[in-house]
Amino acid sequence: MISRRNFCKKTMLLVGGMALPLTAFELFDPNKLLADKTDTAPVRWVFLVDTKKCVGCGFCVKACKTENETPYDANVTRTWVERYVVTRDGRTHIDSPKGARDGFTTARVDIGEGRFEEIKGEDVDKAFFVPKLCNQCDNPPCVQVCPVGATYQAADGVVLVDRKWCIGCGYCVMGCPYGVRFFHPVYHVAEKCNFCYHRITKGMKTACVDACAFGARRIGNIKDPDDPVTRIIMTERVNVLKEEYGTKPQVFYIGLSKEVK
Amino acid sequence: MKNHVWRPLYVALAIVLLILTARLFLVPKDFGVWERGYMYSWHRKGNEADWRAVKVKYKTTVYCKECHAREFNAINNSPHANIMCENCHGPALGHPEDPPTLTIDRHRDLCARCHALLPYKAGGRADIRGIRIDEHHPEAECVLCHWPHNPRQKGGA
Amino acid sequence: MVHGELWTVKEYFVYPNEYIYWTIQIVMYPFMTGLVAGAFVLSSLYHVFGVKQLKDIARFSLVFSFALLPVAMLPLMLHLQQPQRGIEVMMTPHFTSAIAAFGIVFTTYGMIVASELWFVYRGYFVETALALRQIGDRTVGQHFRYLLYSLLILGAWDVSEHALEKDERAVKILAGTGIPVACFLHGYAGFIFGSVKANALWMTPLMPVIFICSAVVSGIALCMLTYIVTMELRKLLYTWQRKQDPALPSGEELKSVETNVVIMTARYLIMFLILAITLELLDLIFRGYTAVKSWDILRSVIYGKDFVNIFVIQYGLGNLAPFILFLLPRLSVKRAVVGTMLVLLGVFMMRWNVVIGGQAFSSSFAGFMHYHLPIWPESMETFKEGLFGALTVAVTPFILFWLLNKVLPVFRAVNDER
Repeated sequence: MISRRNFCKKTMLLVGGMALPLTAFELFDPNKLLADKTDTAPVRWVFLVDTKKCVGCGFCVKACKTENETPYDANVTRTWVERYVVTRDGRTHIDSPKGARDGFTTARVDIGEGRFEEIKGEDVDKAFFVPKLCNQCDNPPCVQVCPVGATYQAADGVVLVDRKWCIGCGYCVMGCPYGVRFFHPVYHVAEKCNFCYHRITKGMKTACVDACAFGARRIGNIKDPDDPVTRIIMTERVNVLKEEYGTKPQVFYIGLSKEVK
Repeated sequence: MKNHVWRPLYVALAIVLLILTARLFLVPKDFGVWERGYMYSWHRKGNEADWRAVKVKYKTTVYCKECHAREFNAINNSPHANIMCENCHGPALGHPEDPPTLTIDRHRDLCARCHALLPYKAGGRADIRGIRIDEHHPEAECVLCHWPHNPRQKGGA
Repeated sequence: MVHGELWTVKEYFVYPNEYIYWTIQIVMYPFMTGLVAGAFVLSSLYHVFGVKQLKDIARFSLVFSFALLPVAMLPLMLHLQQPQRGIEVMMTPHFTSAIAAFGIVFTTYGMIVASELWFVYRGYFVETALALRQIGDRTVGQHFRYLLYSLLILGAWDVSEHALEKDERAVKILAGTGIPVACFLHGYAGFIFGSVKANALWMTPLMPVIFICSAVVSGIALCMLTYIVTMELRKLLYTWQRKQDPALPSGEELKSVETNVVIMTARYLIMFLILAITLELLDLIFRGYTAVKSWDILRSVIYGKDFVNIFVIQYGLGNLAPFILFLLPRLSVKRAVVGTMLVLLGVFMMRWNVVIGGQAFSSSFAGFMHYHLPIWPESMETFKEGLFGALTVAVTPFILFWLLNKVLPVFRAVNDER
């Protein structure tokens, strides 16, 4: 029968031994563990979408695919446009054929499996287009669930993916409430809109903002009070997608209707 | 310790040591906790520079304007003023060195993006003059009769 | 075709980038880790709580648990788009992610089971090594075995009463420590799903507990089933060998041992089964009662599309039927076999209904995705994420168990005290 003293000694040794592998991973400063509340970065990118102006031409999607080398024919895209048609019977019809890469050229709504719904003009109560892209959330759930630190948030708020480190587990894809992430068909790692990081860090605008001829898409710096985008967000009525998830998305919408998913 | 009971623990510790040693070689030196803390910024810092270095494809209209002032002025005084040149002509990339010429997309589908008539009463689309693409000269290219740089001008290019 | 496009059919409005990304391998993974955890808990029932009748099945389930462990890695390796980078989970773990716990928990658990096995078999290693040493003229095979066992002994050749007692104590401690680790091993798998707020079906704090309970259920069921099957094979073997050596136990003697063990183990199975069903029904009732935004689409998936999968197969065949079978008096071995097989089906369907069911509806709550499991492996992708990949994962533990049994024999001579 083991004596109490020996038992205590051995238990402590055992726990200590098991704690060793855990402490070995303690490579970071406890101070840094807490997200820095006093955010002193000079830039925080935000996006503004005006759904009243969007005509559903899809030039943004085409430009994005070209600029970011997403395979043109692949059925994935960093940004897309959704069409909402509310008919008189109260039903909402939503589609996004090929992510609106080729625009919307027919009133027939794509309901999948090669089927379409014919909608007559006189039955339409409400119809509008909603462009969507990565919200570069302030509390990105996708970053939280990455097991290896392949996706992360830069100091200016953009969430990026390290193509050389991603293991392709798909947890980030499942973790995004907005469905903006996907697996890149060529690189076989996680992929998503990154606000054309290579353009905005050079003083340019994102490809989709440049391609939009109607001013439905705009990008700005929320830290700059003189930025026209910032002015609109601060003074006019704007909304965000799926606020209830607590992700703090940074893409703001003008004219976001209740039907938008 | 004399007690043989600890032998497996030594093996376990050896394995852990092995993993920690492997870490030294396999983990990039700039991998760590950065600006947004461990939860949101655990990454290889060098990757940010990798993304910044991606090649820019679309140069935007200000670039085209430098050499193609005539076309720019024409389109700038037309309802098509806000359409980026590269939307129809493709990305400038290294133009004029590479590619020396850009394509001119004359296909109907390009114009149909905005001008296919959709029965929606409000919003930006309703303000665009549209045609029924299956009925309005489906056999012809739009540019045969319409000049995209100045659509108000009658009779094509 | 992008990853996921091949086996996903979208209906109504589904976001453009949404496909069913977590497929059969992600169903297999919690199923296999569940078996690992369950087998270990069963083994610990003997070592920690001293349930003497479970002695035979205890050693069996411990070895089986160890055979299942590398197999738990297999579905993940087949699923990852970059499997060669899998080691990064150990190199740069991001502990805010439940999956990062995998590296630590898996390694710790593996070390505990390996250590416990060492203590259980150390006496046998020494015996065998000494016996092999006596053989002056060893064959290649015998010499290899001698070297292997000598290595495994780790220099601890002392098999005195005192040393063996120490082994027993160590086993007890490890078995005790192992139970929470086994719970963690599977609890975290439940956490992986339960913490995804983006998925309306997965998001519930009950998920880790439900996973643990059904894991224990599946582990016990598998051990019972495999134990019965191997005992039947042994009986056949002994009946044949008895012709030469009448001293060996008869079929009837072996059978009575078997039935007692089965009845005892079945009781624990029932307990955990009740717990698992209670929690799952609780989750369903709460969802229907509170009827939050996602309830409309979830209802159409649970009561519509997946009705047969959930209520007929999982609850009916997988929970209710075995419940009745095990509770009816005079439990026979044959009934236990049917019961355990149905339980395993039920646990598998639970994983399926969570993983695939959770992706049956779009995050838009306005569309559905239908999963078509790739049957024939035409490409690497359809093998890895298809039926044949799943079958590979299902078959491997038995192969490993057979190999392990050669080094760590599960069935020793009946008059052997240990």
